[in-house]
Amino acid sequence: MNSVNKSTEVHPDERRIILKHADSSDYDVSINCYKKHGGYEVMKKAYASSKPKELCQEVMASEIRGRGGAGFPAGMKWKFLDRKSGKPIYLICNADESEPGTFKDRQIIHKDPHQLIEGMMITAYAIKAAQAFIYIREEMPLGAQILNEAIEEARNENLVGDNILGSGYSCELIVHRGAAAYICGEETGLIESIEGKRAYPRIKPPYFPAALGLYMCPTIVNNVETLCNVKHIVEMGGKEYARIGTPGNTGTRIWCLSGHVRNPGYFELENGNFTYGDLIYKFGGGLREGRTLQALIPGGSSSKVWRAGERFTGNLRSGESFDWGLEDIPLDFDGPMAAGSMSGSGAVIIVDDSVDIVEVLANINAFYAHESCGQCTPCREGSLWMKKITTRMANGGAREEDADLLASIGEQIAGRTVCAHGEACAWPTQSFVAKFRDKFIEKAKEDPEKAKNRKFRLI
Amino acid sequence: MAFDLSSATLSYIDEIIPKYPQKRSAIMMILHAIQKEKGLLSLEAQEWVAHKLEIQPIQVREVVTFYPFYRERPIGKRHIRVCRTLSCALNGGYKVCDSFKKHFDTELDEISPDGRVTVEFAECLASCGTAPVAMVDDVLYENLTEEEVAAICEQIKQETPASSNPESES
Amino acid sequence: MSEDIQTVTVFINGEQAEVPAGSNLVDALESVGKEIPHYCYHPKLSVSGNCRMCLVEMGTPGRDRATGEPILDDDGSPKIMWVPKPVIGCATNVSPGMHIRTESDQVKSCREGVMEFLLVNHPLDCPICDQAGECRLQEFATDYGRGYSRFIEQKNVKPKRTRLGPRVTLDDERCILCSRCIRFCEEIADDPVLGFIDRGSFSTLTTFPGVELANNYSLNTVDICPVGALTSTDFRFRMRVWFLKETPSIDTESSVGCNTVVSSREGKIYRITPRRNDLVNDCWMPDSGRILYKEVDSDNRLVQYAIEGRPAKASEAISVAAGKLLEDGGVAIVASGRLSVEEQYLIKRVREQISGVVPTYLVGRHAEGDGKLLSADRNPNVRGALLTGLIDSIPDTELSELTSLISEGSIKTILTVGEDITESGIHVDLLKKVSLVYMGSHHNECSQYAAVELPLLTVFEKSGTFVNQQFRVQKFSQAIPGPGSVLQGLANLTGLLEKLDPSFSMEPTPAAVWEEMAGNVPEFAGMSYDEIPGTGLVVKDERFAGLAFVETKGMHFEPKNALAEA
Repeated sequence: MNSVNKSTEVHPDERRIILKHADSSDYDVSINCYKKHGGYEVMKKAYASSKPKELCQEVMASEIRGRGGAGFPAGMKWKFLDRKSGKPIYLICNADESEPGTFKDRQIIHKDPHQLIEGMMITAYAIKAAQAFIYIREEMPLGAQILNEAIEEARNENLVGDNILGSGYSCELIVHRGAAAYICGEETGLIESIEGKRAYPRIKPPYFPAALGLYMCPTIVNNVETLCNVKHIVEMGGKEYARIGTPGNTGTRIWCLSGHVRNPGYFELENGNFTYGDLIYKFGGGLREGRTLQALIPGGSSSKVWRAGERFTGNLRSGESFDWGLEDIPLDFDGPMAAGSMSGSGAVIIVDDSVDIVEVLANINAFYAHESCGQCTPCREGSLWMKKITTRMANGGAREEDADLLASIGEQIAGRTVCAHGEACAWPTQSFVAKFRDKFIEKAKEDPEKAKNRKFRLI
Repeated sequence: MAFDLSSATLSYIDEIIPKYPQKRSAIMMILHAIQKEKGLLSLEAQEWVAHKLEIQPIQVREVVTFYPFYRERPIGKRHIRVCRTLSCALNGGYKVCDSFKKHFDTELDEISPDGRVTVEFAECLASCGTAPVAMVDDVLYENLTEEEVAAICEQIKQETPASSNPESES
Repeated sequence: MSEDIQTVTVFINGEQAEVPAGSNLVDALESVGKEIPHYCYHPKLSVSGNCRMCLVEMGTPGRDRATGEPILDDDGSPKIMWVPKPVIGCATNVSPGMHIRTESDQVKSCREGVMEFLLVNHPLDCPICDQAGECRLQEFATDYGRGYSRFIEQKNVKPKRTRLGPRVTLDDERCILCSRCIRFCEEIADDPVLGFIDRGSFSTLTTFPGVELANNYSLNTVDICPVGALTSTDFRFRMRVWFLKETPSIDTESSVGCNTVVSSREGKIYRITPRRNDLVNDCWMPDSGRILYKEVDSDNRLVQYAIEGRPAKASEAISVAAGKLLEDGGVAIVASGRLSVEEQYLIKRVREQISGVVPTYLVGRHAEGDGKLLSADRNPNVRGALLTGLIDSIPDTELSELTSLISEGSIKTILTVGEDITESGIHVDLLKKVSLVYMGSHHNECSQYAAVELPLLTVFEKSGTFVNQQFRVQKFSQAIPGPGSVLQGLANLTGLLEKLDPSFSMEPTPAAVWEEMAGNVPEFAGMSYDEIPGTGLVVKDERFAGLAFVETKGMHFEPKNALAEA
C-alpha cells in the first residue's frame, strides 16, 4: 500500500498542536516514534495520578467544542452521560469523516494514529468506558490498517486491553469499518451501524446516546480531532488549554481548504486569530490566475453558502456589533454562525467564477440525496426531489419558478426530520437559492443545447 | 450449493465476532471479509452470515444494500472509484471519470469489455485538498491529471490480464 | 374515561383538557377526540418516528434554572417555553401544563410538506387501488394536503405486484416506508422476514429471495399498512371498501375470541379483519380466522329441513325431532363448543324436558396454543357451556363414553347440535343403531344417518355471545341474512322447546334468552344482552376453579390453573 503524502511545508502562522509532528519527514506511525516524541506519557500520568472525575473536569474547563461538525461542548456531552444506570458505558470515536470538503481526520489517522489512541484511552478512563470503538469509513482502508497495527502495538505495551498500565482498569479498543454511508457520521446512525443494522438515525428524544446509546447503554461519540485534543487538554490542564483561541472558541482547529484555490490543504490554526480571508489568501494562496471568487462554503458542503461581495452585519454574543465582508469573518465557531452559517467540520470550499452556481448546487444535492438514509419522509423525498430539479436545471431544463420551488422544498425539510441530515440537505438549497436567486432565475433563459453540450460538468 | 470460505476468512470471522458485546455487531466486518475473498456478497453468502449471526437473511440484506461499498453483483478485476463530490468535481472529477471510462471503453458501473475494471463514482473520499482523487482498489490516487489517469490505466493493463466479460457478451 | 386512569392537564390549541398521564400526544389527543394525523405510529408497535406527519408545536411551563421557580408572564400565568422546532407527537409524552398547537401555520405547513413529499413518488393509482376509501394518504391529502402537485420530475420506479407470501401482495411504489409491517413482524409475529433494501428514496420493502411472509399473522400487515402497498391476495380487486357493511363479530377459531369485523355487501361476505380490543387481541387476529366466512357458501351447506332424508317443512321436522326425543329408551345430547351461549342454554333447556338421565357431551378440540391469539382450546365457547350448566367438565376430544353407551344399548336417540360425531369416535355402524336428530349448518358424514335434519345458521348469520378463555362474555352480531329456507335466530331451538313443553314461550332472540339466563345462571345475574359492551364483560369463574382448562399463556392471557395442569 502506498504511504500518505506529507505536506511539504507548514505555514509559519499555523499553531500545530494536533498535527505537531504529523508532517515531519522523520515522523512515522510506529509506537516507538510516538514515544520518542513523548507519546503516552500523558496517559501514563493520568492513569497513575488522576481520578476519572478530575479528567472530566479538565475537559469541561477547557471549553472545547466538538470538532465533528455540531460544535457541541465536549465536556458537557460527557457530563450528560448516565452513570447511574449500572449499564456498561461505551466510547466511540467517530472517524467516519464524510462531510464533503473535510480531510483533517485522515491526516491524524494516517500520520499519527497513536495520538488518537492515547486520546481515546484517556477518554475511556475518564468516562469509565467498558469498551471503545473507532468507526472508520471504508474509503480509508489504509487508515484502518494503520490503526489496527497501532492498536496492536499499544496492546503489546499494555496501553489497551486488560488491566491497563496496572491500573486495574481494562478497556478493549477495536476498529470498526463502515461501508461508505455518510449518515454514519450522525452519532445515532453510527451506533445503529455498529449494532449491525442500517444506519438509521434514532429519534431524540428519547435516544440520546449519553443515556440510550450503543446497545441502549450510555455512550459517548466524539470526533477524531476532539479525542486527540483530550490528550493535550489533560497535558496542559483545561484552564491553560482554554487560553488558546478565544472564549467559547478554545483551542486550535484543523481547517480544510479545497476547491478553486491555489494551495488547497489543511491548516491547524488557533481559533479566532484569523479570518476566512486569511485562509483563502494567506494560507491558500488566493484564487487561481484570472479568477474571482464567486462563493464560499464555510464549514462542509452542508453549511450555508456565502456569496462573494456579501456584507454581514449584526451583534455578536458579547453585544459588540459587526460589519463584515466575507473575508473578515473570524475563523472560529461563533464567527460563521454570526454570519448566518457555521464552521461545521472546518471544511472550506472555494468556488470561483468559472463554474455555474446552479451546477454547484446540483452536485451538492446529488450527494445529499445519495446519502439520505431514507428513513424519514422529508429528507428522503425532499433530498431526491431537489436533486432531480437541480439536475434538470443544470441540463438545460430550468424554469423560472424552480427557484421558489427549491426554496419551498428546503423549508419543508429543515427542522422536521429525525436527524440533522434534513438541515444538511436543505441548507445548501435554501442558501444557494437565497444568495444566488438572480442566477437561478437566469438559468431558465439558458439555451438547452448549450447546457447539454457543456464540456466541464459538475453533475 | 454449499457456501465455502477459506480457512483464513473463517478464522478471521471467528475471531472478530467475540470482540463485540453483541454478535450482530460483527456483520459489517464479516461482510467486508467475505467480499474481499469472493469479490461480491452473493445471496448464499448473506444466508451464511445470517446463520452465523443467528439473524434473518433479510436483516443481512438490509445491511448489504444500505452501504454502497458492499455489492451483490460482480465487478471487473480492478475497482476504480472516482470521487464525484464537490471539491473533486470543481477540479475536474467528472473529466477524470470520463477519462477512466474511455481508457477501458466502458460505461459507469459496468464491467469493462476486457474484464479488467469497473469504473464507478464514489461520494466524497475525504481527500478534498488533493482533488481530484480516485481509488483503485484500496489505493488512493491524488491530484489526478489526464496524464496520470493514462499512466494508471496503462499500469492496470500491464498488471491485469484481460479476460472476456460474460455480461458484455450476452 | 374510567376513574382509575391518572390524568394530567394540558392545553390543546389553548383549550384545557384532561388526558391520560404518560401517554404520547397522538394517543392523548385522541382520548379527547382530537386528531394528530400519523402514518408510522401504531399504538401497539414500537415508536419509529419516521413519517413526520404528526409534527406539532409543543411548549412547557418555564422554570428558572437557578431557583426552579416557575417563570410567569406579565399576567401571572406560567410562561410557556415553546420548543423552537416542531416535535413528533408519537414520541412526545404529555406533562402537566404542556401546551400543544395542532392548528398553527407551522403545523399546517409541516403537514402540507409531508403530504407533498409522500405523494411525489407515489403512483396515484387510486382508481385501481384496493386501499381507496380507507387510505390514509387519501384521507390526509384531503384534510391536510395542499391540494395540488408541484412535482414535474420522473417518479421512481419500483417493483409492483410482488408476492410476499401466500396471502399478501405488495406494490412497492405505493409504499411510504413507514415500517409498520416490519415492526409488526419483528415485535408481534416473531417472524422478522420483512425488511427494507437499498437506500434513500429507493428503499424497497421486501423479503429475502426465497423467504416468504407466511406466518399465520401475515395479514395483519395488510390491516396496518396505512396505504395500498400491502394488500390481501384474497380480497384484492374484489370489492370497493366503501360498499362494505361492517359488523362486529368474534373469531371462532379458539377460546381467545379475537374481536373481528365482518365486511359484507348484499348478503355476501368479502373479508374478516380484526377489531381492536386491548384486553383480548389488541389490533390483531390470525390469518386462519379470516377465511372462515367461506363456510357460508360452501358446497356442503345444509339448507333444507328433512325427515328420513326427505325434504320437509321446518315445523314438521321440528315436531318429528321433538317426538324422537320424547321416545322411551335413552337420549344423549352432543352439543358444540362452537355454539353460542344462547344456543347452549336452550339445549340445556331441551334436556330438562327429556325424562331420565340425559348424558350430555361437548366435543373438545385441542391443539397446541401459539402463544399469541390461538389458544390450545380450539372451541370458542366451552366456558359458555359450563356457565349455562350444559356440561360440568372439560370436554374430551373423543366421545368414548357415548360409544360404550350406544354399544351396550342404553342410548336409543341422539340429538347432536353443531357436531359431526363421526369425527369424534362414533363409528357409523353405531349410528345405525340409534335414531339421530341432527342440527347443523353443514352436511357431513353424520348427517347422512340422521332421522331428522334441522339446518342451523353459521356464526355470520346470527347474533349471540361466546365466553372466551378469560371468562369474557363477547357479543357477535349477524352480518348477513341466513339462507331463506332456514329459521332465523334461535327459532330451531325455541321451536323444539315449544313442542317439548307446550307452556314454553320465548322470542327466538339472544336478548330474550339473556332475560331468562340472568335469573338462572348465577354469573349472569344482573346482565342483559343489550348492555354487554363491545369489548365484552368478564364474569366470575370461581365455580370452575377446579377444572383443568387446556389453555396456556397467550397474548393478554395467563392460565389460572397451573395446578390443574400439573
